[in-house]
Amino acid sequence: MKNILRATALVALFGLSAPALASLAYVSNEKDNSISVIDIDSLEVVETIPVGQRPRGILLSKDHTKLYICASDDDTVQIMDLETRQIVDTLPSGEDPEQFALHPNDRWLFIANEDDAIVTVVDVATKEVLAQIDVGVEPEGMAVSPDGKWAVNTSETSSMLHWIDTESFEIKKNMVVGQRPRHVEFSQDGKIAWASAEIGGTVHIIDVDELEEIQTLDFKIRGVNQDKVQPVGIELTSDGRYAFVALGPANHVAVVDAQSYEVLDYLLVGRRVWQLELTEDESQLLTTNGVSGDVSVIDVDSLKVTKSIEVGRYPWGVVVAP
Amino acid sequence: MCTPLKVPLAMLLALWLSAPLAAFGLDIPIGYIQWVPDQGPVLSNVTPEPEDAGLRGAELAIEDNNTTGRFLEHHYALTSRVVDSEDQAQEALEQMLDEGITLFVLRVPADTLGSMAEKTAGEALLFNAGAKDDALRISTCHPHVVHTQPSYAMLTDGLAQWLNLRRWKQVFLITGPTDSDTAWAEAFRRSTRRFGVEIVTDKPWTFDADLRRTASQELPLFTQADDYDAVVVADVRGDFGEYVPFNTWLPRPVVGTQGMSPVAWHRVIESWGAAQLQNRFRELAGRHMNGNDYAAWAGVRSVGTAVTQLDAADAGPIRDFLFSDDFQLAAFKGRKLSYRPWNGQLRQPIPLVHPQGLVATAPFEGFLHPVTDLDSLGYDEAESDCRINS
Repeated sequence: MKNILRATALVALFGLSAPALASLAYVSNEKDNSISVIDIDSLEVVETIPVGQRPRGILLSKDHTKLYICASDDDTVQIMDLETRQIVDTLPSGEDPEQFALHPNDRWLFIANEDDAIVTVVDVATKEVLAQIDVGVEPEGMAVSPDGKWAVNTSETSSMLHWIDTESFEIKKNMVVGQRPRHVEFSQDGKIAWASAEIGGTVHIIDVDELEEIQTLDFKIRGVNQDKVQPVGIELTSDGRYAFVALGPANHVAVVDAQSYEVLDYLLVGRRVWQLELTEDESQLLTTNGVSGDVSVIDVDSLKVTKSIEVGRYPWGVVVAP
Repeated sequence: MCTPLKVPLAMLLALWLSAPLAAFGLDIPIGYIQWVPDQGPVLSNVTPEPEDAGLRGAELAIEDNNTTGRFLEHHYALTSRVVDSEDQAQEALEQMLDEGITLFVLRVPADTLGSMAEKTAGEALLFNAGAKDDALRISTCHPHVVHTQPSYAMLTDGLAQWLNLRRWKQVFLITGPTDSDTAWAEAFRRSTRRFGVEIVTDKPWTFDADLRRTASQELPLFTQADDYDAVVVADVRGDFGEYVPFNTWLPRPVVGTQGMSPVAWHRVIESWGAAQLQNRFRELAGRHMNGNDYAAWAGVRSVGTAVTQLDAADAGPIRDFLFSDDFQLAAFKGRKLSYRPWNGQLRQPIPLVHPQGLVATAPFEGFLHPVTDLDSLGYDEAESDCRINS
């Protein structure tokens, strides 16, 4: 099977990539221990690569040559060379790494260790653990501000955002938000942070200069039980126009006006939508749908769901490499 | 700079931090009392319930609370007693009251809970993490007692919804001899009326032979009947029920207290972040987390959730907060949990499990309710005489 996939992948690659290298999306499949590679032009899976156990958070190096993978049940972060698609190295990650974020300096990786209530900071160049920072119960979401000043961690059971100063690696502020905060996303200019609270059903808009919440969003979808509206992933367009919020078992993505914070629309996608990623030109949004095992494609211009792509079991994270 | 902190070091650090800060911080002492009357000898003694079931859940929740609390200068402490008699349980309660504890998580029988409730009226908040008796939810309610343990009716309603959903609507009920078995069966009979399931045969269990020798001969005869879609077993202490599956007269599934069971919690639950809770529990207790652990955990976590928001540790305000719109318990069941205002029962989904897997989670789509579908499980407001908030 793998060989067939490889062969298909090669055909697809040579067939399509000759004129210009196609942009690719990488999707981690939590219960298949694999990464699905999606060709953004054809919107088809071109390869499935076996990786470590229970892959969840994934991210790209700044030069897009390496993919970092939280292999949660292997207690390690794997590094995949995207040219050869081989795992070439691992990083010490602490136990049960779930999500992580890379500092703009392309070296400091902030890793949430879900079982240990710790954030581990690793220098990816030297593989040295720079710090381990005590945070709340079940650290999950990680984000680093565009200016590199703040690393923000969400702890799910403590329902807090921990604001970590990246110079001292110390927590400067703890903010209690809605129950089970999952994800933090900074606006392009770094002035606003968006944080989702899964059980609270809310998204918290935070002024980064003041470190204060300025607005709370909630969501109502006709015909969907309010308890099932559980915000998880957030993705912002770089022009500051839209925020997209994945609503978990409500099976919808909310479209929010990123200036007025008004909810504009709800788009029906696959079951238990988790994470979101825009394509390079921001014309399309990809969503991982955990329970239905697929990726939905949303056309950003028309705000319509155009396609679903079958991937592995329990797709979790998604990134796009140009 | 921080170094890798494992538990003992982290605790030392917490102590070191709390000493100078204690004057400014908030102490939240919680009492845990467990008394489980002897269940008597059982035929199926392969997997006895752990003696610390409940206690370990409370301990884990204290850890969870403190991990959160260290950022807010909230210090939680558990005083726990696992005792062998009603008298000792009452004595433990009095001792803890004397020490100034006003928040309690209790795994005790319904009668004991009742007298403890009377003793503490107006001065404490009690979490019932043990008794499943429906009377505690429909007639003998106390304003300062809430229930994190699901009632028998909640469990059997979850099961009956499933039987309806699968169209296994004609069932053969076997009821064991204990009071708990009777209570479970009575709850199930009510559930069948609510969800359109028919008990075509209703038989008490009367055998007293050791079924490890004779199951294959006894049970096929016992379950002879014209037809049924499933066999429902009411054997709460696990006496004979484990020998019913695969030994029925007709080739039918077995559900109830054995086979596929409605439970508060089980080790096979892993979605909605539950894998992390299970891991934390295993690390602490060296065994799997069960429903009694979960109920105690939910009680202590309810306190933690309230104190985080209130920045106060008094029983009265905590109790009021539990019933406010702002309270929501994130408890690894896929949605926020809240307390029913009329009887203090924690609303919660009911997983249906077999020993090695999760089958489904009630409530199911299509069983509608004007307020929340979680209230399709157990006694609803109109069916209960309790009005603890009016």
